[in-house]
Parts: sequence; C-alpha cells; structure tokens
Amino acid sequence: MSEIALEVKNLNAYFNDFRAVKDINLTYYKNSVNAIIGPSGCGKSTYIRCLNRIHEEVEGASVSGEVILGGKNIYADNADPVEIRRHIGMVFQKPNPFPSMSIYDNVTIGPKLWGEKNKSKLDEIAESCLKKAALWDEVKDKLHQDGTSLSGGQQQRLCIARTLAINPPIILMDEPTSALDPIATVKIEDLMNEIKKEYTVIVVTHNMQQARRIADYTSFFVLGDLIEHGLTSDIFTNPKEKKTEDYISGNFG
Amino acid sequence: MKISYSKQDRYVYTGLRFFSLVVVCLLIAIIFQLFKASKLAFDEFGLSFVLSDFWNPVEDEFGALAFIYGTVITSLLSLLLAGPVSIFVAIFINEFLPKKLASILGVFVELIAAIPSIVFGLWGLYYLAPFVKNYISPFLKKYLGFIPLFQGTSFGIGILTASLILAIMIIPTITSVCREVFRSIPNLRKEAALGLGATKYEMVKLAIINPSFSGIMGALVLGLGRALGETMAVAMVIGNNPVISTSLFSSGATMASVMANEYAEADSELHLSALCYIGLLLFVVTFIVNLFARTIVWNNSRKSRS
Repeated sequence: MSEIALEVKNLNAYFNDFRAVKDINLTYYKNSVNAIIGPSGCGKSTYIRCLNRIHEEVEGASVSGEVILGGKNIYADNADPVEIRRHIGMVFQKPNPFPSMSIYDNVTIGPKLWGEKNKSKLDEIAESCLKKAALWDEVKDKLHQDGTSLSGGQQQRLCIARTLAINPPIILMDEPTSALDPIATVKIEDLMNEIKKEYTVIVVTHNMQQARRIADYTSFFVLGDLIEHGLTSDIFTNPKEKKTEDYISGNFG
Repeated sequence: MKISYSKQDRYVYTGLRFFSLVVVCLLIAIIFQLFKASKLAFDEFGLSFVLSDFWNPVEDEFGALAFIYGTVITSLLSLLLAGPVSIFVAIFINEFLPKKLASILGVFVELIAAIPSIVFGLWGLYYLAPFVKNYISPFLKKYLGFIPLFQGTSFGIGILTASLILAIMIIPTITSVCREVFRSIPNLRKEAALGLGATKYEMVKLAIINPSFSGIMGALVLGLGRALGETMAVAMVIGNNPVISTSLFSSGATMASVMANEYAEADSELHLSALCYIGLLLFVVTFIVNLFARTIVWNNSRKSRS
C-alpha cells in the first residue's frame, strides 16, 4: 500500500443542530482517485467541503473531529484555514472562473495571491497547468480573453488548471461534471486519471458509472453515514453491505 | 354582476394602461411647464445664463454659474465622503455580519433615508455647523492649510457643512444599491476565491469588488443624483451666498437652494423665470445622471445573472 495522503477521524459536520455527516473515518492514499457516491442529500458534498474547511464558511455550519494532512490536524486550534486551502484545492459543481478576468489571470491568481510576481515564472505556471488540464491547445492563442468566454467544459478545465496552479497535494472535486455535457465529461474524467500521477483526487459524484470508470477507491454514503468504503472493483462487484448492493443495482436511491 | 374573464381582463388592461399613461403624461407636462416658465429668462439671457456668475435680483441681472458651481462642488464632495463609507458598510453588512444582524443594520442604514430633509437641516444648523466651525475647520486648516481649499475663515455654515450633510443623506442610497449589487454575486464565486487560499480580504477584493466595478459606479451615480437635487437641508446650512470661492469654508448656494430661498420673494417676472430656468437646468442634469446610473446598474445586474 502506498503512502497516506489524508486521514479522516471521527468527522462530524453540522448545520446548526442538524448533524449532516456522522462519525466518518477514512484514509486516502497518495496518487489515487477516490469517489464518493450516494443518493442526494446523503451529505457527500457537505463531507467533502469539510476536507478543506470551506464548510464552515456557511452560516451556522460547524465541524468536529480530525482531518490529518502531513501529520497535522487541519482542525487543530492553531491551524489556519487559509493556509490549509492552499494545500487542499477544490473544484466546484459549476464552473466558476472569475468574471472580468482573463484566462491567464484566472490560472495564475492563486500564485499571485501568495505574492508570486515574477512574470516568467507565472507564464510557466500558466502554461504547465493549462497543459495538465488539457486546455492549453484550445486557449494558447487567446490567453487574454475573458475566462467566461469559454464553453462550460472549457471553463471547468480552466478551474481545474486554476486549482493545479496552487499545486495542492490533494484536490477535491464536488460533482465537477454535473453541469457538463457527455463529451466535456469524458475530458474531465481523462484528466482526473492523468493528474492522479501527481496529486490525490477526492471526487463526489452522483453518477455511479463515473465512479466505476475513474476511481481506485469508492465510498458509499447514506444520510450522513459511511456505509462502505473499499476498492472500487470490490464495491461494485462484491459489496459487503446490503444497502450498497441495493444502491448500485438501482433498487434504491 | 358577473363579468366574463376576457371582459374583466380588458377592463384591467385599460385601467392599467390609463394609470401608466398618467405617469408618462405627468413627466411630459412638468417638463413642458418648466420650459414655458423659463422662456422669459431664456429669451433674455440665452445660454450665457449658464456662464455668468452675476446674480442680482435688484437689477434684474441673472446668471447661474455660482449656483451650478455650488451644486457641483457640494455634490462631488459629498460623493467623495459618502462613497467609500457606503461601499465599506455594504461589504461589512453583506459579508461579515451574521444574517440577523445584517438585516437589522441594513434597516438602520435605510432609516437614515427616512429622516426628513428639514430635520437634517436643523441638525446641521444647530449641531454640525458649530462642530465644523470649532473642530473640523481648525483641524483641516492646521494640517492642510497650504491647499487653497482649506483657507479662509470658517463660519460653520458653508460648502463644507452642506457637503457633510449631503454625504450623510446619500449614504443609504449608495449602501443599499451596493448591497444589491454584491448580493447578485453567486456564492460559488466567493468559494472559488476562498478555495484558492484567499484570505477574506482577498476574497472580497477578488470576487466582490472587482467584478462589481460597474455596479458600484452605478450606485455612486445614483447617490450623486440624489445629492444634486437635495434642497432643504442644503439651503439651511450653505449660507445662500452666490459666490464662487476656492475655499470650502466659504458660504455658497446651490441650484436647488436658491430656488427654495428666493421663489417666495421674487417680485419681478424675470426673476421668477430665471429661477425656473435654473430648475430646468437642474432637472436636465439630474435626469441625465439618473439615466446614466440606471443603465449601469441594469447592465451590471444583467451580466452577473447570466
């Protein structure tokens, strides 16, 4: 087994008094793609938003438990959420490039926020990240056009490039293809497969086939509980839990 | 009596059309009346009315430049003072306060707009003017006295006091339009910034202020429109002296304040007509400013919704 990338211990997430995620314990390994599946309202989005401390930005939201990254608990009292989000990147459900900012500025905004000013360094980051996000060939001649002028699928790849530019060891994706057409979806899926060579990817998906295609490991959530976690092949061919079997065979959910 | 639906619809439609037409007709009628009333002065002075700062009702000699200057300087100064405050207040209420407190503070800010103009005027006259005379002016004179704007004697009432009052009066306008503009920004964009490791300040700058530039401009211009036309409070604290002075401590007069002050006592036809001419000028300016602002705000909200 390879190295541990992220460890989740007794994680609970709340909206005011409502416990949306219940006592999750999970371990993620480096250079793997990890899918989270489950019926709507099962807390999978809430769960993934706890992993980079963006859940707490919602009014009334809170978290208990530990998430260990590189030996440190990101929920420790002295942990800085801003710092943590630079190590755990996130791609959202809908493409959200910054409007009135060019493609180039969208990709390089992360490094710029940290004070990178060197133009040739930024150029390098922009090119390499857009290449990794398989967008370079499509945009290299129009880097200074608005990011929002691209198609939905291109915008989502731009957002992935933007996340890659902060070079986080872990990338969270919250249903990254739910707003995209099938062709754009395939491109993003290929991309996940490609970037796992350098990164660890945790992806929420409502599409079981997608989990099957892309994920090394799959977790199955129902109503905030983790029902089952294991190798994707095991989950889909030989689930241990009755609920998992019912869900993947389409009997519930 | 039972009316069939189509008939009922027709009545409603006719009624609605009638009332909408009344609004349009009123606007046109007012413009027409203004033109008519100012015709005498227009025939007498033509466009040189705008360029002359000589205003002497005794000799029936009228020029509006001093009032135009007073209106422009007090409006711009108040915008300069109220703009940053309003933008910061809007950001603070929307982004930094829990929802309940936000709506309470929001109501408080909007209540400022509910204070009658005359109350502002009285407050300005009895409290703000002495405060300006005793504290603000000496302070400005001490540290910025080398600039002509802050030279001369302060009597309390004058351009500076009028601008301060105006600033307070336009804060609710700018703040609520800014809040509306900021509210139209999807959460997703704020999260995009936070997710990249932006601090809250950087998030505000990146996801809120930068893309709202045109919306903020619209809010400012709407505030400007309000300041241009404000009459009572300004008339009470500006000193009503039609002079053009480089000093902000000097007294002055605005287009609206001169109308309020002199209309009742104007005894010559030409004097009355000259006041109406000023009214027409003011109307044209505020009309253009408001139209401009609305266009910006509309375009902005359409863009951020798409």
